[in-house]
Amino acid sequence: MVNRHAVGAHYGLKDWLVQRATAVYMALFTLAFVVRLLCMPAFEPLIWQATWLELFASPFVRFFSFLFVLSLCYHAWIGVRDIWMDYVKPVGVRLALHLITLFLLIGYAGWAVHILWR
Amino acid sequence: MTEATVTKPRPRPKHLDVARIRLPLPGIVSILHRVSGAGLFLLLPFLLCLLDKSLSPTSFDDFATLVAHPLVKLLLLGLLWAYLHHFCAGIRFLLLDVNKGLDLPCARKSSYAVLAVSLALTAVAGVKLW
Repeated sequence: MVNRHAVGAHYGLKDWLVQRATAVYMALFTLAFVVRLLCMPAFEPLIWQATWLELFASPFVRFFSFLFVLSLCYHAWIGVRDIWMDYVKPVGVRLALHLITLFLLIGYAGWAVHILWR
Repeated sequence: MTEATVTKPRPRPKHLDVARIRLPLPGIVSILHRVSGAGLFLLLPFLLCLLDKSLSPTSFDDFATLVAHPLVKLLLLGLLWAYLHHFCAGIRFLLLDVNKGLDLPCARKSSYAVLAVSLALTAVAGVKLW
């Protein structure tokens, strides 16, 4: 009998946990945001715009929205990476897709910072 | 490997043939979770672009005309379904993670509930959006 030790990068459990932690945060944020949206006036561009801008002028909304975007990017990284790992077998193509995904998500996070703190 | 090249190709067994697999309800919810997640990822730049326009005083009019377009509304409705399905199925998976509803009848019922609730919420939001 061969005594084999499974030695990996040990990122499996951490990613599993992070995927769930970010999911829970995003779910709570979504619920709170929907409640807040329901308090907004019906979509009438002029009135709505003012309320919308005011909402995102709040430092708290910016802070928690930024956390939402970070959670989203980390969550999406794990999810999309799992998709590539399941369906894309050639190592080179897979590596390229991983990197493209990673760079896109980092870029989106930067874009979100720009949008939130303009 | 060498044996495989000698024997003539046989038809793939059913469980390896995507076209012949009939997924059970929980399987459908699971694959839709993946599909909705992938769709949301692919259209993330579009959503960020909308948020960007909506929060810029100078381009809010662009935002208003864009979301008034029927095709954009349809796309947003699709994304809304994707978000809601991902949300509901995600909660179901979190519950399964803590061993809630693992038995088969319960897993079937909760899958059905995920599909129904996400579609119903999409319909409600769709009516409000239009």
